[in-house]
Amino acid sequence: MATYLEFIQQNEERDGVRFSWNVWPSSRLEATRMVVPLACLLTPLKERPDLPPVQYEPVLCSRPTCKAILNPLCQVDYRAKLWACNFCFQRNQFPPAYAGISEVNQPAELLPQFSTIEYVIQRGAPSPLIFLYVVDTCLEEDDLQALKESLQMSLSLLPPDALVGLITFGRMVQVHELSCEGISKSYVFRGTKDLTAKQIQDMLGLTKPAVPMQPARPAQPQDQPFISSRFLQPVHKIDMNLTDLLGELQRDPWPVTQGKRPLRSTGVALSIAVGLLEGTFPNTGARIMLFTGGPPTQGPGIVVGDELKVPIRSWHDIEKDNARFMKKATKHYEMLASRTAANGHCIDIYACALDQTGLLEMKCCTNLTGGHMVMGDSFNTSLFKQTFQRIFSKDFNGNFRMAFGATLEVKTSRELKIAGAVGPCVSLNVRGPCVSENELGVGGTSQWKICGLDPTSTLGIYFEVVNQHNAPVPQGGRGAIQFVTQYQHSSTQRRIRVTTIARNWADAQSQLKHIEAAFDQEAAAVLMARLGVFRTESEEGPDVLRWLDRQLIRLCQKFGQYNKEDPTSFRLSDSFSLYPQFMFHLRRSPFLQVFNNSPDESSYYRHHFARQDLTQSLIMIQPILYSYSFHGPPEPVLLDSSSILADRILLMDTFFQIVIYLGETIAQWRKAGYQDMPEYENFKHLLQAPLDDAQEILQARFPMPRYINTEHGGSQARFLLSKVNPSQTHNNLYAWGQETGAPILTDDVSLQVFMDHLKKLAVSSAC
Amino acid sequence: MNVNQSAPPVPPFGQPQPIYPGYHQSSYGGQPGSTAAPTPYGAYNGPVPGYQHAPPPPGVSRAPPSSGAPPASTAQGPCGQNAYGQFGQGDVQNGPSSTVQMQRLPGSQPFGSAPLAPVVSQPAVLQPYGPPPTSAQVTAQLAGMQISGAVAPASPPSGLGYGPPTSLASASGNFPNSGLYGSYPQGQAPPLGQTQGHPGAQPPQRSVPPQASSFTPPASGGPRMPSMTGPHLPGQSFGGPPGSQSNHVSSPSPQALPSGTQMTGPPGPPPPMHSSQQPGYQLQQNGSFGPARGPQPNYGSPYPGAATFGSQPGPPQPLPPKRLDPDAIPSPIQVIEDDRNNRGSEPFVTGVRGQVPPLVTTNFLVKDQGNASPRYIRCTSYNIPCTSDMAKQAQVPLAAVIKPLARLPPEEASPYVVDHGESGPLRCNRCKAYMCPFMQFIEGGRRFQCCFCSCINDVPPQYFQHLDHTGKRVDAYDRPELSLGSYEFLATVDYCKNNKFPSPPAFIFMIDVSYNAIRSGLVRLLCEELKSLLDFLPREGGAEESAIRVGFVTYNKVLHFYNVKSSLAQPQMMVVSDVGDMFVPLLDGFLVNVNESRAVITSLLDQIPEMFADTRETETVFAPVIQAGMEALKAAECAGKLFLFHTSLPIAEAPGKLKNRDDRKLINTDKEKTLFQPQTGAYQTLAKECVAQGCCVDLFLFPNQYVDVATLSVVPQLTGGSVYKYACFQVENDQERFLSDLRRDVQKVIGFDAVMRVRTSTGIRAVDFFGAFYMSNTTDVELAGLDGDKTVTVEFKHDDRLNEESGALLQCALLYTSCAGQRRLRIHNLALNCCTQLADLYRNCETDTLINYMAKFAYRGVLNSPVKTVRDALITQCAQILACYRKNCASPSSAGQLILPECMKLLPVYLNCVLKSDVLQPGAEVTTDDRAYVRQLVISMDVAETNVFFYPRLLPLTKSPIESTTEPPAVRASEERLSNGDIYLLENGLNLFLWVGASVQQGVVQSLFGVSSFSQITSGLSVLPVLDNLLSKKVRGLIDNLRAQRSRYMKLIVVKQEDKLEMLFKHFLVEDKSLSGGASYVDFLCHMHKEIRQLLS
Repeated sequence: MATYLEFIQQNEERDGVRFSWNVWPSSRLEATRMVVPLACLLTPLKERPDLPPVQYEPVLCSRPTCKAILNPLCQVDYRAKLWACNFCFQRNQFPPAYAGISEVNQPAELLPQFSTIEYVIQRGAPSPLIFLYVVDTCLEEDDLQALKESLQMSLSLLPPDALVGLITFGRMVQVHELSCEGISKSYVFRGTKDLTAKQIQDMLGLTKPAVPMQPARPAQPQDQPFISSRFLQPVHKIDMNLTDLLGELQRDPWPVTQGKRPLRSTGVALSIAVGLLEGTFPNTGARIMLFTGGPPTQGPGIVVGDELKVPIRSWHDIEKDNARFMKKATKHYEMLASRTAANGHCIDIYACALDQTGLLEMKCCTNLTGGHMVMGDSFNTSLFKQTFQRIFSKDFNGNFRMAFGATLEVKTSRELKIAGAVGPCVSLNVRGPCVSENELGVGGTSQWKICGLDPTSTLGIYFEVVNQHNAPVPQGGRGAIQFVTQYQHSSTQRRIRVTTIARNWADAQSQLKHIEAAFDQEAAAVLMARLGVFRTESEEGPDVLRWLDRQLIRLCQKFGQYNKEDPTSFRLSDSFSLYPQFMFHLRRSPFLQVFNNSPDESSYYRHHFARQDLTQSLIMIQPILYSYSFHGPPEPVLLDSSSILADRILLMDTFFQIVIYLGETIAQWRKAGYQDMPEYENFKHLLQAPLDDAQEILQARFPMPRYINTEHGGSQARFLLSKVNPSQTHNNLYAWGQETGAPILTDDVSLQVFMDHLKKLAVSSAC
Repeated sequence: MNVNQSAPPVPPFGQPQPIYPGYHQSSYGGQPGSTAAPTPYGAYNGPVPGYQHAPPPPGVSRAPPSSGAPPASTAQGPCGQNAYGQFGQGDVQNGPSSTVQMQRLPGSQPFGSAPLAPVVSQPAVLQPYGPPPTSAQVTAQLAGMQISGAVAPASPPSGLGYGPPTSLASASGNFPNSGLYGSYPQGQAPPLGQTQGHPGAQPPQRSVPPQASSFTPPASGGPRMPSMTGPHLPGQSFGGPPGSQSNHVSSPSPQALPSGTQMTGPPGPPPPMHSSQQPGYQLQQNGSFGPARGPQPNYGSPYPGAATFGSQPGPPQPLPPKRLDPDAIPSPIQVIEDDRNNRGSEPFVTGVRGQVPPLVTTNFLVKDQGNASPRYIRCTSYNIPCTSDMAKQAQVPLAAVIKPLARLPPEEASPYVVDHGESGPLRCNRCKAYMCPFMQFIEGGRRFQCCFCSCINDVPPQYFQHLDHTGKRVDAYDRPELSLGSYEFLATVDYCKNNKFPSPPAFIFMIDVSYNAIRSGLVRLLCEELKSLLDFLPREGGAEESAIRVGFVTYNKVLHFYNVKSSLAQPQMMVVSDVGDMFVPLLDGFLVNVNESRAVITSLLDQIPEMFADTRETETVFAPVIQAGMEALKAAECAGKLFLFHTSLPIAEAPGKLKNRDDRKLINTDKEKTLFQPQTGAYQTLAKECVAQGCCVDLFLFPNQYVDVATLSVVPQLTGGSVYKYACFQVENDQERFLSDLRRDVQKVIGFDAVMRVRTSTGIRAVDFFGAFYMSNTTDVELAGLDGDKTVTVEFKHDDRLNEESGALLQCALLYTSCAGQRRLRIHNLALNCCTQLADLYRNCETDTLINYMAKFAYRGVLNSPVKTVRDALITQCAQILACYRKNCASPSSAGQLILPECMKLLPVYLNCVLKSDVLQPGAEVTTDDRAYVRQLVISMDVAETNVFFYPRLLPLTKSPIESTTEPPAVRASEERLSNGDIYLLENGLNLFLWVGASVQQGVVQSLFGVSSFSQITSGLSVLPVLDNLLSKKVRGLIDNLRAQRSRYMKLIVVKQEDKLEMLFKHFLVEDKSLSGGASYVDFLCHMHKEIRQLLS
């Protein structure tokens, strides 16, 4: 048998699942002693080019409380045409369509390689995708122009039958009517007044006049498109109109006096967008795309007043409880977010400004609905333009990489219960028999709603082993989990993807080695990090760090090999060896540290951290560093100050930034212009290599990372210096002045110090 | 009495004076003998009172003799003739003159002529007139005037003197005399006069016809009076000498009866005659019948004549009995004509303090020599009592009707604009009055004493100028503010809101696009019109293009704003549906320059009707619309005007939502006032905000049903705007009227964001204000907008003694923003006299202004008091005014006499018109909205408008020769004056009727209507066909002319005699009894007399 590494990789590729433990401790007690909870990272819509969707509906277990879907783990009695549910052991009759079933003629869902399978539901009329642009007009002329162009361009990327709508806002909020010829019409709302959904619909004339309809005449299908058509129109019908309309968009005309911020009614604009869709297209796939160039400065959701002399809140203010609008604004956006989520729509926020824009307050809009959050300096940057364009990228089938209104349901075999999930989802509050009392992340439910997701959206799902110690699982028993994701595909089809996995149970006392070997430290690190980040929402930063430290120490105590009170004897097996290092970098990461980050930045980083898949998440935790030199091919090097050498070019990828750093000598060479001399063409190639590699990363990643090209002594070099392990600082004199590496002027502890402490604590019997 | 009053005015005329004395003496003096009679005649005397003066002593005894048939008869004889002549005319022409004579005649006519009269064919009669008229008329008129005038001068002293004339003989004699007087002047000897006069009279009589008008009144007065007093039987009150003069005495007293008898006495001989002379009779009878009600018995008993009448009827015309005196009572037509003739030719020079200007109905030019033109300010009295006690006693309200931006005829220069540079206009330091011609410069010109508060101020060095030997500044005539009554100052920045010069104002057109508006075609019509109308926005002086910017809003349940920025290819519509919390959705591009954005605006106006063509929205909002306009102006930081075109009751859910509360059952209850009050206070609040922003609102209403004008008009009313109402608007029928009003309204010159302050010299104080404006304190009249039609009536009260020498000064200062955005101050100054004698007060009153004030007072009163209370108060006040006069100024005479001051002789008739107006006494067909509408209109009317509004003009079209180009003389507004063979035009400033008699000649019908017979004329026709003949052209020309005179387009309605529409028409015959219970003129006069008598006793 292959190694666990291969097993894990294979599973990930097939099912989009990574478990922290791939062999499960068979009792609750043992499980809790494992420190790292039994959990998995699930990428529900992982791209599977090799998986054609089946064009029929799944077969469900007939027990009302179960309704698990027929899967390869089920026991099938081909003669009796019966199958037994592997979760509840209910015996079910196959439906008539399965009459021809036999050992040699099995439906796909029974084949082991189809542990993940996708069904296409044919029922119901497909509803078009909806894109509602909510555009801030309080922008600088350049920015607005760039944004307008991006938006115009995006029209050509949309599916022709998608509905689009446009809301612009500044001091007022304008909902543009797109159906009319000649005069362009818009409905205008005051930016200071919070309106209920009902009011908004009344004011937009969306409520149908109470005309007594012919009894039970389902005029619905005709009526609805008619009503909403004023504000949401198929792209192919109005793209010319809309292009013109966007072209004519003016900056907010209201005067902004010196020393003031423009009045920006983001809160109301968003509220109207939500209300508009809520009234017209509930439960159909829709994206509200908010483009804003500054903080909301009036009305509900206000983040900062319009006086420029009062700066927008910082972490310092928040800690001092000095952010006077924050709580109310957050509440406003949370309310909007939950309404949006309830309607199955998602909200994207594209915030481009040099200062903060209130992402802290608005983050829930994207986090709860699965929308994107993009932060940039200006709309007139390739960062924004390309990121935005990438939203509409297509997969190998020519479908958009986006899905809407998904519901994720998790079923477990009886030894397991569901503790919760961390990711861009909201709870549907479905309490079933397999829901645990203990919550980790968003818990208390077996179903979550993910309003917007793409092939990389990943949730952390946490479980609890509930099997009692005195009721051991029979030898060779397997625990099973089924993930059922129902969603609206970008082709407007409704689909269901079912992933059923099983893992072996092991007695932790007798088979600890197995369990240990099956530990996925990468998954575990990300899962723990997600828990940590989730906790920052409700807890103070230091508390979260302490909690993480304690978990780490306990893990080391449990799985380390050492002699008591002898730090030098401490060893970790291969499957755990990297874990402390991940934790070290995690502690320094912007997800847990707010120092040097604005609240908006923190929100932005955390947003992405909570939804990217394992690989990306790991990069975020511990950036990758490549070194380019004349000494050989590019090589990954330690993320350590010692890697910063004069004759190297470094390429660091932190997910959010791509930093190319020229060592001192290289920089001098380049300055001297050697790269332009034919005899030094190899130097030219050396300079070019990291650029090409960076380009590759830039092409693939969403959102576009910030691209930083710097050199030794450059001001932007700070991005690199802040990430590397400060193994050499002004504090450890022995390294000072040596030629190896670059010292970092910081008081942060280095990995070495961290490890020393860890070992000391792990081997101490005190805790 | 009349005489007295007329006298004072006379002097100005000058001419008469010499004559007067002559007359006076002659007739009176001579008459003394006759005068003796008066006492017995008591009643008769009524009219004569003035005369009595001289005669009283001797009069009594003599009177009878004088009255003695002979002279009388002789006199009568002529009179009679006159009468006939007049009669003829009378029938055809204005009742008054002819009738008057007739009346007199009754007595006189009976004699010989009476029979003739009936017999005589009118033409015959006319002929005589015809020839003599021209020359004769003038003289005659003059004579008439003089007579009255003469009397007057004499009267003050002799005042009572009239009494004598009362004696029938004399009276009758006199009257005819009056007519005769013309001749008299020649004949000097009074005694002789009579005898001579009579003979002489005849010739004059010929001339009389024209004069007739003037003459008649007196005559009529005599006879009518009796009728008036019906109860008093004596019926024969005198018409003051000339009918035109106001004094009419009815002598109700029993004494009168005898006199009456006596009166009849003279006629006595003619009794048979009487019969022949219906008019005369009628008068008497009427007197008795109509008003008398009770009196009838008296009649019979007292009047032997009555009996005779009874008998008489047989022969000539038995019917007359019922009819009242038509002509004896003061005739508005007569007064107007007289004033026109006397004062229309010479310019009115304002240099002299306390001059009473010509009537509003007279065309005259004004020369500003230090006092404001009467076009700007008219006062109820130009001679103010010195003390408040006097004022209280007289009960004559002291008020000024001010029209600060009045339009002037082209011949008169508009006020000069004075620029005092940065220092701004020169003002008194204490009372802040502006420099004016009345300021006294002292100390060699280094200081000036304020004429209002007497404060002594330094003259700033740059303004210093030496004084001449009279103490006048040398440069007085170079500086408008030192030599003119009206002028303007350029305001400095201190006079501007927020200390910032204003930006040019804006017009915002706000168009209802609900179902009703679309269906009636209004929206299409309006949009089409606006395209061209926008080229005619008001502009300053010689400006190339108007500085005014325009904006557009349409609305139903929600509002649609339009961005019409010139850079746009297409207009943009912005819908605001948050009507509960209105705001303006755009700043840039809403208010634009017409020329710059023309293409976009045209495109917008083309599209509006299309966009809403399929609308099914019937609900509308209202308050939010105004709010939006106001906010838009606020956002643009300018003043301006909203033009609202609205169709229905705003029932949509929004602030200012109204419910239908129309309830006719409330009429005549204590709750009636609620019909005039706004439903909600929201509009007042809104109006207040509008005023603060300088946002004037003009409302055009197109209701199909109740829209609650009382509430909707609150904002226009308080912001200085206008309301126009087109009930059941249909494009075909009402297009002309609406467009014409709209054009005028848009084009008229207007001032914005105005504040008016009226300062007065110490002693009086402005205490009350009426009109379309808002006041946040007690002194400043705030007008968001003010145009040349809007009038503010100000009432003054004493707070101290006035001084006869220094008189009283008014200064009205209006600070406003011109249509080009220039901040200016317009100043009007007016100096009035002060008096210690009540007679002076009564001699310098102006009834039209008085009525204007009283109507406004009453119309405001209905907001707070039951209508009945208001009506009673009006009557009481009027009675008090007249009683005070009677008591203090008129010569002592029998209580039975009704004596009216010359200047106020029309007060009763006009007041009656006010009392029976739709607001105070609604007919069944008058809707609540109509009443509120009219109420609101009248509140800001000027004197000319109220004058014609309350007493409509009735013009016979076919009486005068077709060729004559002048406007035909009006006739009194009474059905009696209509002849079924004629066509009449009636207008009151709002309505225009063409009444066609049933037996109009076919030729006339053909040439006017283009149909062959009366029956083919479409009733209710609103346009006369354009036909190429003299009559058609003339009539249409006349109609156009009438319309041009009025601030609102009058829609023509053709009414056929005996048609259902005639009811509507008859409503405007204000001298008749109205269907809604309004008294006829005669009845009312009787009632008035009764009231006065009660007060006197």
